[in-house]
Amino acid sequence: MPAISSPSNSGTAGVLLEVREVAKRFGAVEVLKRVSLEIAAGEFLTLLGESGSGKTTLLRLIAGFEQPTSGEIWMDGERLDTLPPYKRRVNTVFQSYALFPHLSVRDNVSYGLEVSGTAKTEIPARVADALRMVKMEEFAAQRPARLSGGQQQRVALARALVNRPKLLLLDEPLSALDANLRKQMQSELKSLQRELGITFLFVTHDQDEAMALSDRIALLKGGALEQVASPREIYAHPATSYTARFIGQTNLLRTEVKNGTARWGSLQWATPHADGNAIFSLRPAAIHWHTGETVPWGAARFRAGIRQQIFSGDSEHLEIDFEGHVLRVRLHTPGLLSGEQEFWFSPLDAVAVRE
Amino acid sequence: MQWLSASKANMYTRMYKGLISLPPMFWVAVFLLLPYALMFAHSFWTVRDGVILHEWSTQNYAKLFQNPLYLDVLFRTMRIAGGVTLLSLLLGYPLAYYMSFHAGVRKEILYQLVIVPLWISYLVRGYAWKTILGSDGVLNGFLQHLHLTKEPVSFFLYSPFAVVLMLTHIYTPFVFLPLYASLEHIPRNLVEASHDLGAGSRATFLRVILPLSLPGLLAGATFAFLLSLGDFLAPLLVGGPSSIMIANIVQSLFGTAYDWPLGAAISVCILLLTISLLFLTERLEKRWAFR
Repeated sequence: MPAISSPSNSGTAGVLLEVREVAKRFGAVEVLKRVSLEIAAGEFLTLLGESGSGKTTLLRLIAGFEQPTSGEIWMDGERLDTLPPYKRRVNTVFQSYALFPHLSVRDNVSYGLEVSGTAKTEIPARVADALRMVKMEEFAAQRPARLSGGQQQRVALARALVNRPKLLLLDEPLSALDANLRKQMQSELKSLQRELGITFLFVTHDQDEAMALSDRIALLKGGALEQVASPREIYAHPATSYTARFIGQTNLLRTEVKNGTARWGSLQWATPHADGNAIFSLRPAAIHWHTGETVPWGAARFRAGIRQQIFSGDSEHLEIDFEGHVLRVRLHTPGLLSGEQEFWFSPLDAVAVRE
Repeated sequence: MQWLSASKANMYTRMYKGLISLPPMFWVAVFLLLPYALMFAHSFWTVRDGVILHEWSTQNYAKLFQNPLYLDVLFRTMRIAGGVTLLSLLLGYPLAYYMSFHAGVRKEILYQLVIVPLWISYLVRGYAWKTILGSDGVLNGFLQHLHLTKEPVSFFLYSPFAVVLMLTHIYTPFVFLPLYASLEHIPRNLVEASHDLGAGSRATFLRVILPLSLPGLLAGATFAFLLSLGDFLAPLLVGGPSSIMIANIVQSLFGTAYDWPLGAAISVCILLLTISLLFLTERLEKRWAFR
């Protein structure tokens, strides 16, 4: 694959973009509440959140389509939020692609180069490179309306990347594609990003997509950052009960801790948590069906009734009833379970989270 | 047997379609095609001693193209219509652009303000211009009051200028409406995309907004031009003899002059001109509709 030479990332992998206590309100609605975030050069960072969490607003603030109510945005030692969008070395891939319907694919891609006064002799080669990169060179003469969603997506990507932005903003770019195409585009996006070394800021509400693509995930809830961490970290050590529920499935056990022992109904296990109320997140896959094997020392063992079992190909999803609490369990052992069964989990898998 | 029942169902839908299209077909035939056919026939007949003779000849058309009066008036009419089109575009486009992109919450009220004049009778608006432009009218009174002029300026009223002014006033909403609609249809994220790619407001307007509004611009221009082309009241009210338009000639030929055949011949020419213009603009509009 031909590569568009990447912009020189200033020195070491330092901070490219810095969001400093940025708040945004629309009338009485506070959409962002003093959010601070740093994005490293070359990083693939995903803003993840439900609709209304403020993720798109934050993206639009960085692109320059909205002005922050307070706070500052800096990029590469330059204040960004005071510049109009057309003076920022940031490009956006829009959710609905926003291709110019009256221009051919080629003219869509060359648009940014033409308006920014790039040397005329340089433009055709760069446009051709960009189109080749997204495998759209044979569609150069066509109008966007004649392309499929996936093809329009590629053109939108080429149109943004051809300008060699320092930062590429992607606003739910894959949400309009069907599942298969989406998976394919995910992997292409990821390899493009690695190859070009351009910093990607990706917005999505799809946690699987966020997990698959990102170096780090910034989880937003109600206009504030809930947690910023790598996918593995955020999955293994969710900081809050919201994060635990949003990233993957989980069981939240509301316990009382006393003298290093957590009590949940008749169950108890050892924990370093301080005394008081504590919430533990326990992933469905961390609960095991006891088939007579020796369980680790200190494991919590309990009997529970099978309420429901759903087969999903590579695993079985169970809902079990323990003293009136419903727990979700994921097993790899096939076979239909019924009645009362014995289960266990290791205290190490029960992660204490904040409310 | 399935094909049989299918064809039967097909027959019913065909009958149904035929039945519901009867009333409009009837309407078109009686109130459009028949009058046009009559007009077309008249244009080849002759009039002698106040009687229309059904003798076929092309002498009406010959008369039209030999007598410079008719062609002069036709050209003047087109000049006036062209002027009206240009002026109403110059007024209508900035207005539509401002309203669509910058008016914000004032959009609704401004829209109503543009539409309101359409509810006022054409005649009333004509007489209003008369009182504004006349020798002892508002405009002259104002100029004299400011001592800018000593005598009343006479060319305000009863001149092609007055006709263009009045028609522009009347047809600007017709230009505004399709323009505004086409501007409203431009997805705003295209404007954002343009800014995002480094284009300032000017480049964005020239490269994105203007091209995408061309269908509306064309529709508006067509309205203004064709409606002005057939106007006969403005010259009567504010035009005077120096700005007789082609429709005034047709009117007098069908009226006092009682030369229906010649009037019909002029009408046929104007009709052909109109149809070919409409055909042309429709082709262009299709080419500029990018979806």
